[in-house]
Amino acid sequence: MNHWIVVPIVLPALMAPFIVLTLRHDLWLQRVFSAAATVALLAVTIGLTVTAAGGTPEVYELGNWPAPFGIVLVLDRLSALMVLLAALLAVVVVIYVISSNWDKRGRHFHALFQFQLMGVNGAFLTGDVFNLFVFFEVLLIASYGLMLHGGGAARVRAGVQYVVVNLAGSTLFLVAVGTLYAVTGTLNMADLAVKVPLVPAGDQALLRVGALLLLVVFAVKAALVPIHFWLPGTYANAPAPVAALFAIMTKVGAYSIIRVFTLAFGGDAGEDAWLAADWLLPAALVTLIIGNLGILGARSLTRLVCFALIGSMGTLLTAVALFTPAATTAALFYLIHSTFAAAALFLVNDQIVERRGSAGDRLVTAPRIANAGLLAGLFFLAAIGMAGMPPLTGFLGKLMVLDSARGSDSMDTIWAVILVTSLVSIVGFARAGSLVFWKSASIPGRATPERPLPGLPIAAAGAMVAGMMALAVFAGPVTGYLEATSASLYDPSAYIDVVLGPERLARQ
Amino acid sequence: MEFLVASGVGVMSAAGTYLLLRGRTFPVIIGLALLSYAINVFLFATGRLVIDQPPIISETATGYTDPLPQALVLTAIVISFGMTAVIVVLALRAYLESGTDAVDIDEAAEAETAHAEDPANDRAQSPGGVA
Repeated sequence: MNHWIVVPIVLPALMAPFIVLTLRHDLWLQRVFSAAATVALLAVTIGLTVTAAGGTPEVYELGNWPAPFGIVLVLDRLSALMVLLAALLAVVVVIYVISSNWDKRGRHFHALFQFQLMGVNGAFLTGDVFNLFVFFEVLLIASYGLMLHGGGAARVRAGVQYVVVNLAGSTLFLVAVGTLYAVTGTLNMADLAVKVPLVPAGDQALLRVGALLLLVVFAVKAALVPIHFWLPGTYANAPAPVAALFAIMTKVGAYSIIRVFTLAFGGDAGEDAWLAADWLLPAALVTLIIGNLGILGARSLTRLVCFALIGSMGTLLTAVALFTPAATTAALFYLIHSTFAAAALFLVNDQIVERRGSAGDRLVTAPRIANAGLLAGLFFLAAIGMAGMPPLTGFLGKLMVLDSARGSDSMDTIWAVILVTSLVSIVGFARAGSLVFWKSASIPGRATPERPLPGLPIAAAGAMVAGMMALAVFAGPVTGYLEATSASLYDPSAYIDVVLGPERLARQ
Repeated sequence: MEFLVASGVGVMSAAGTYLLLRGRTFPVIIGLALLSYAINVFLFATGRLVIDQPPIISETATGYTDPLPQALVLTAIVISFGMTAVIVVLALRAYLESGTDAVDIDEAAEAETAHAEDPANDRAQSPGGVA
């Protein structure tokens, strides 16, 4: 067994209690250890991605119990890509948090941050539905703490809503898991893929209820309409770097949908083949519309970013809902882009809000921001990335999504919705940008107090924009990796074999 | 017995859902607790209802009950207990900090907007508006 597979979970899981128990009085030591652990995590995930790019999935049997009796972690191209993305984002966020002193505004930021990474990595790596639930809870309970970091009445009230919505979601998750277990007698994803086609006709209805409930739970995480309502309130009230980190949380929902509904309810599932498609596509299109209308209608800059994130989840899940290899490639490409773009916007937005004095993040004319050029430039770049204009990756991603929709029955609707909503979001971002930077600059009178731009936080936000540029430049090799990823998703026999089949016996 | 368990789960879920939709934190928390109880019983029943049988291998056993749902229930109980504790503390802090136990945050947002639109504040924020 390749023990590196468990490191992305074990490393933060050890680091978090270590920070709480021994370093709690010394912020600088916490920073050093947290940053070092995050960088080490990035190094490990790069190694894992290189391993996974080799082709065959690798399985890690926890406690050496063979599947389906024990819980397994599975490293394939998709999960490697996701942990790598999470680690990249985490490094940027931890640099931003340390350099902008966000971690001074409350206690235990770094410990919660590490627990959050543990939950996210676990959710990406696990090959067991109930274990997925457990890691969801780990990442959620850490996210409650992170979301409330710094306190304040508005934040705590938003936090109550966030926790209630997610507790209700967890309850549904358990119902779904229970139903699936009652029908199939297993919770291992690979084993589910084997058992689902064998379910007798009498139990089909129950199986579908369980599977679709699972879709609802993942949709809550992915902020899919009509269960997206918690996101703007939560992310707008969360500390900015935490909101940037949460950009990966919506992707956990999207990842889970891709994983479960291509593996267990994919092409080999007999009567239940592509069960999610009929429900996911309309919901994703409505999400796209509502998210982009929200960009146009938002009254504060932070909410605008939140709605942009919802809109990008709409694009992403539209591509997922097509359930073809080409569309999934496009979806994964857009997923990477959307993570970078949302994180960049949240971080730039935080710097803008800090400099607008009492106007905060409200979209009103306010005294102009001193030396706003670089900030305006970063906002502009992140916004055109998010809105999907060339030359950044939003454009490439949307192009791939549109291209993959060709030949689908609902091609007209998908093209119309994506193109019109892109225009709407361009107008929305243009309105916000010109209001904050140009209109405010035209007001006579003094500017907000001159403050030099802090180097590292701007560099962190810039790194996310640079990430988008790099992704656009290296779109060829990345797409090659993603094509291999979706090809293996649509031919899961290698995955199933390595978890359950003859290859498992050969390994022992 | 099936009827008893099923109706127990049903009644608790119904009551929990109703309370969850209330507008104040206390009924919402009770609703969540009731829902999690209902789910625990439901999970237990997913391994089929079996009476007086051991979950682990024994030489004298005539049959077995499925041990996996019992493990799932244990995990679910621990997690829901922890989560309930978190939300109780959180609700208490929200009540102490904002002086209301309403779950809806629109009122708070309105209060903030009203405060921001207060003429005294407005002048400080946008000199353009004054001109």
